[in-house]
Formats: sequence, structure tokens, C-alpha cells
Amino acid sequence: MKSSSDNLIEVRDLRQTFAGQEILRGVNLDIARGKTLVLLGQSGGGKSVFLRHLIGLIRPLSGSIRIDGEEIAHLDERELEPVRRKIGMLFQDGALFDSLTVYENVAFPLRERGERNEKVIRDKVAHALELVSLQGQEGKMPVNLSGGMRKRASLARAIISEPSCILYDEPTAGLDPIVSDTINRLIRRLQSQLHVTSIVVTHDMVSTNHIADHVALLREGRIHFSGALAELHASTDPVIRDFIEGRSREID
Amino acid sequence: MKFPYSFPLTRAFALYLGQAALLAGETFASILAGRIRWRLVLNQVVEIGFGSQAVVIITGIFTGAVFTAQIFFQFNALNMATAVGPVVSIALCRELGPVLTGLMVAGRVGAAMSAEIGTMKVTEQIDALRALAVNPVDYLVVPRAVAMMISMPLLVGECIFFALTASYFVATNILNVNSVFYLHHMWSYTHGKDMVMALTKGFVFAIIVVIVGCQQGLTTRNGAVGVGRSTTDAVVISSLSILMINFFLTMALNIIFPAGGARY
Repeated sequence: MKSSSDNLIEVRDLRQTFAGQEILRGVNLDIARGKTLVLLGQSGGGKSVFLRHLIGLIRPLSGSIRIDGEEIAHLDERELEPVRRKIGMLFQDGALFDSLTVYENVAFPLRERGERNEKVIRDKVAHALELVSLQGQEGKMPVNLSGGMRKRASLARAIISEPSCILYDEPTAGLDPIVSDTINRLIRRLQSQLHVTSIVVTHDMVSTNHIADHVALLREGRIHFSGALAELHASTDPVIRDFIEGRSREID
Repeated sequence: MKFPYSFPLTRAFALYLGQAALLAGETFASILAGRIRWRLVLNQVVEIGFGSQAVVIITGIFTGAVFTAQIFFQFNALNMATAVGPVVSIALCRELGPVLTGLMVAGRVGAAMSAEIGTMKVTEQIDALRALAVNPVDYLVVPRAVAMMISMPLLVGECIFFALTASYFVATNILNVNSVFYLHHMWSYTHGKDMVMALTKGFVFAIIVVIVGCQQGLTTRNGAVGVGRSTTDAVVISSLSILMINFFLTMALNIIFPAGGARY
């Protein structure tokens, strides 16, 4: 059993209900500091809802969420701000600000945190865009970017303020295999070089095999499996096997 | 008091009022705490103030012109043509100027606020702001509220100025009212307090338009259909609120700034 200081995030008995439907039915999960956790699960299974709880975008119905030892479940919007500064988030569709250029989007967190030196901002934006292979796209508006480019620009915005933890909501969904590989490598690189803790919500097994240190499977609102990637592959649990092998139980 | 809440509409109305009051409270708390991004305020002043000029000027000119003509047609039959000036002036300052400007700005700016913030809501841009530790009220509502509170009284003043100019032109050049009498009577019966009333109303209507528009935007759901609905609701609710609150404002402000009386 790890000591709690090894875990950046600890979630206990997290419950959530939308319109009378139970989405999370008591999720328990620890996320180790500096590691990459991949949260697997079927579409509509509550993975993104779970992820949003970790940054306070959704308040839990009950349960506990501790980030770096601090309980955040009952914090209000302003109290959450210091916690959110430690965490970056990549949204499923990028969620770039469509009134700002790529440059302004990526520079946004720096400016909001008080950076006024334009040279520092320019250098950091250039570095972040280089990390996601988006050099030369600074002047474009989000509407003029492809889906993959939007996602990469959003990732540059998430990493520019060097958070200790990054939440990825379906980072490779809708991307071609080459761009997906770029994102996967970047997630790996951020972990190895900056020791960033990553939580990746996905149902992409290729991506999972590439980036995961730890894997959890969310099923029917609970964590059905939690363990190392090798344990996932070695499992004989039919639910896990079906998920890994992409097999449906429905009769043709 | 269970009975009124058994009506879904009553509950929805109470919920709406509560949300709007909370948003207004949070906005003013942020303004008083100095969480104002002046660069964004300036952008909004340009968008709201300069962008609404044409609408407000055209509204003022034609309202002043047609109101003058109608008052003249009635008053001329009673040999009171020179009273057109004061009637038009007081009506424009105390009622028509602020109300029409409020309605036009609600249609133009309130709708734009609701559509823009609503689109940001359904495309997760509001969540992205929150995830980046930026409070959406501070970033989106406060600059719009400050810009509206600066711009609206000025727009009301502008509307009244152009309406009175049009009124003078129509009365003296088309309807042959004596220009000296027109100006003298208008000046005699129009007081600074009438203008203060106009600007006060403009200020209150600014708050209504911005809170309704932003509240509708921030609570938008269901994608493009939701954005359309929020935009329509923002215009309808703010327009009706302006018309209703205007009555109570008139009654209250008339105690502070009582109407009537000639200067000379």
C-alpha cells in the first residue's frame, strides 16, 4: 500500500447523478505522482464526467477528491483557482477561444497569471507550439484549423504554464494515426522530462499501450479494474477481454 | 405558501430571478473588488458604444420627427403649436429616449452577448476558462457590465440630442412652428433633472440588458438550438423588463425629480 504522499490525486466514493441517472456510483481511485493513468471505459460511461470532477468543473454529489492532499469537493469557484493553476486540461474538441488567434490562445494562461513581458510570452508560446508541432500557425483563428490542429493548439495552451498534472479528455479521438502518435509521444515526453502526472480518458487501446503506466476501467459507474498495463493484458476477466479486443456481446 | 410553487412557470420564474440576482451580485462584488480587465472593458465600449451609434441615432431622429409631427397635428388644432417643443423634449428625456435606447441596445447588444457567451458555453470555452483558473464572471460579465454602464447613459444622451434636433427641424422647417417660440418654450420647461432622470434610467437599463444577456448565455444548453433560444429569450426578457421596470422607475424617480414647472 502506497503512502498518500505518493498519490497526487485520491478519489473516494465519488458519486454523481444527472437527471435521475446515476453516472458515478462510488468511484475509488488513486493517481500516483508523476505517472500516467489511462481511464478506459465505454462511450457515455462517465469517464469525462469523472475527469471534470478532478478540476472542479463538476461538483460531486458525494465523496471525496483530494488533490495534493487538499480536499476540493466542497471548494467554491474562487477557492478552486489555486488548485486549477496546478492542473492543465485538454478538452475533447479543444475548446480554444474562437475570438483569439492560436498565439493569443496559447499565451492566454501566461497573461492571466500576470506575465507582461512580451518577449517571455513569445518565447514560451513558440516553445509550446514547437512541442506540439504547430510552428507557423500562430496567426490563424481556431475556425481555420483542422480538428487535429485544434487539439494540438489546445494541448499547447494546457502545458504552457507547466502544470504538475494534465487531464486529457479523449486526446486522440478523431485524429489520424500519425497525429495520434505525435500526441502519445508528447504525453510520454511530458512525463519523462517534466514528471507531469497525466490522467488520460480514452477508449483507444493503441494509445493506452503507448502511454499508460497504470490503467483503470470504468464500468457502470464504478472502477471495474485498476492495475498496471501488463496486468490489464494478462487479465482473463471477460469484460476486460472484450474491451481490449473490441468485442461486442450483441448478437448479429 | 406551497401553492404558487406548484405551477412550473412560477418555479421557473423564481429560479430565473434567483439566478439573475446571484449573477448581478457576483458581478458587482467583482467590480467593487477591482477585478476589472480594462483592456476588455475598452473593447466592449467600442463594441457596445460605437457599434450602437447608428441604431441609436436613427432611432432618435425618426422618433423625434414622428413624435413632433403627431403632437403638432393634435396641438395645432388647439392653437398650441408652440407647446410642441416642451412636450417632445420632456417626453424624450423622461421616457422615450431611455426606453427606446434600452430596447434598441437590448436587441443589438443583449442578443450579441447572449449568443457569444452561449456559444462559448456549448463549445466548452467557458469550462476552458474555469479550467485555466479564470472566473467567467470576471472575464466575460464584468467587462460587459462596466462597458454598458459607461456607454448606455451616453447613448441615451445621444439619442435625445438627435431626437430633439430632428424635432426642431421638423417643427420649424416642415410644420412652420416659430423657431424662437419653439426653443424658448422647450428651454423653459426642460430641466436638468429631466436629463438626470434619462441618464439614471439608461444606467439601470444597462444593468438589466447585461445581466439578462449574460445570464441567458451562461445557462445555455443543447447546442445551436439552445444558443438560438437563449438569444431570443435575452431580447424578449430584457425588453419586457425594461418596459416594466421603467414604470416603477418613473414613479420612484418622479419623487426625487418631480416633473413640471416652467423655468421662467
